[in-house]
Amino acid sequence: MELYDILFWVLSAIAVSCALGVILSRNPVNSVLFLILTFFAISGHYVLMNAQFLAIVNIIVYAGAIMVLFLFVIMLMNLNADVEPQKGQLVQLAGVISGGILFLVVLASIKTAKAEIMDKTSTDIGLISNLGKVLFKEYVLPFEISSVLFLSAMIGAIVIGKKEEVKTSATAKMEHVSE
Amino acid sequence: MSLFLEISFSAMANGLHNWLAGSISNATLVSVTEMAIAGVSLLLFLVPLCFFLGYMERKVAAFMQIRLGPNRVGPKGTLQIVADTVKLLFKEGLTPNASDKFLFNLAPIIVVVTSMLAMAPIAFAKNFQIWDINIGVLYVSAISSLAVIGILMAGWSSYNKYSLLGAMRSGAQIVSYELSVGLSLISIVILTGSLRMSDIVASQADGWWIIKGHIPVIISFVIFLIASTAEINRAPFDLAEAEQELTAGFHTEYSGMKFAMFLLAEYINLFIVSAIAATLFLGGWMPFHLGNWSFFNNVMDYIPGSLWFMGKTFLIIFIIMQFRWTFPRLRVDQLLTLEWKYLLPISMVNVIIVTMMAIFGWHL
Repeated sequence: MELYDILFWVLSAIAVSCALGVILSRNPVNSVLFLILTFFAISGHYVLMNAQFLAIVNIIVYAGAIMVLFLFVIMLMNLNADVEPQKGQLVQLAGVISGGILFLVVLASIKTAKAEIMDKTSTDIGLISNLGKVLFKEYVLPFEISSVLFLSAMIGAIVIGKKEEVKTSATAKMEHVSE
Repeated sequence: MSLFLEISFSAMANGLHNWLAGSISNATLVSVTEMAIAGVSLLLFLVPLCFFLGYMERKVAAFMQIRLGPNRVGPKGTLQIVADTVKLLFKEGLTPNASDKFLFNLAPIIVVVTSMLAMAPIAFAKNFQIWDINIGVLYVSAISSLAVIGILMAGWSSYNKYSLLGAMRSGAQIVSYELSVGLSLISIVILTGSLRMSDIVASQADGWWIIKGHIPVIISFVIFLIASTAEINRAPFDLAEAEQELTAGFHTEYSGMKFAMFLLAEYINLFIVSAIAATLFLGGWMPFHLGNWSFFNNVMDYIPGSLWFMGKTFLIIFIIMQFRWTFPRLRVDQLLTLEWKYLLPISMVNVIIVTMMAIFGWHL
């Protein structure tokens, strides 16, 4: 076995076991930490495929930013079984059904997909210059549209945050008056 | 050319590589051995570095406050930090009863490991780098943004409201100031056209970017200094450990060596931030050259690259240490206002100007 194969199997084992840890751990904080580890293992896979840029972007965006915000919110709310309202049976059933459907879709797409074995030594599609060329030549329209989507999401978040602020100051005023 | 260049660090590294490749036949084993050697030598470099930075911090603080600083242990107090370390080693490492014990003990390790990982692409001298990755700058900013996970873990698992508050502040602070750090790094990346550290240093052979890039690069240098001081939680941005409000912030419950780990990570981060600033803006290990003064340039060439690098890095460390005793600590709202209303818009406009400079070739 080469170093490459050893690393591949170790990273895969870490990724799968941490992904299981995400759904099996009782504490939401531990779940998020497991998810971060999973992202790390997947980034390791990217590095193995000579796609360092993708690996680093994966770490910056998911492990560094999104997961930190997740962690932030979950730690601040301090969720646990006592505080968390138990969901009704109907909601649980709906969750199982929608999750199952998603699983079916993923399974179907994996089954029909052609398994392409990557040539691990010569591939350089993940290098930043090649990726940039692909993004801005072949996929320029989807790329720009998704950036507009992100922008609208950002503006939406700001609008919602602003509304909240106005409401709270108004209620604070009302409380002040009632006092 | 000179004796110094003959026995440079890169020659040593090359010699070691050739010797290993000659004596071990298995290529995998060679690379694993080299990684181990690199890791051990990094540790051997970091521990004295942190000792020195601790001493320097105290002396700079004393200098700023017109007092003597440590002067009892060893000549001129140089061994004071050794005494401190021995004290920390012998202290009991307490773990609070109500804490999440696994995460509590893991957090300092994560904080130290992430800061050590960021050392990988830093070019100490010509061809002397642990990992000359093709996205070096991005790598550093990615890894340094991970330290916040360790800080959040420390704050949450301590089961202490001061710790949690400190960790939350630190999280908000690092996530926001990352943007300005990233944008000021990007301005140099645009001018260089490469994310690789060695390319960035090589592009400054005919002048450092802070000189070649006119005012926009100076602006991004200043923004980088401010934002990275905030990112490593140093005063005046040390709200995460504001002792007057939060006892000691996220590491309130830590003692002994676990606390020392946070201290170690702080000094390593300080070094990394300064090294990145020195590499990107001040030319890394490139000597200082002046136009056509060939005699002056030759004299400068005789100073080895590693000395240039260390000199620039310690200059920036000295500046950041002086910040601590110059500016009062910001409030949380002032902190966020500074980032989102001032630094971020300025750096966004600055990136556009730098892009225009790169396109039209306005830089020297």
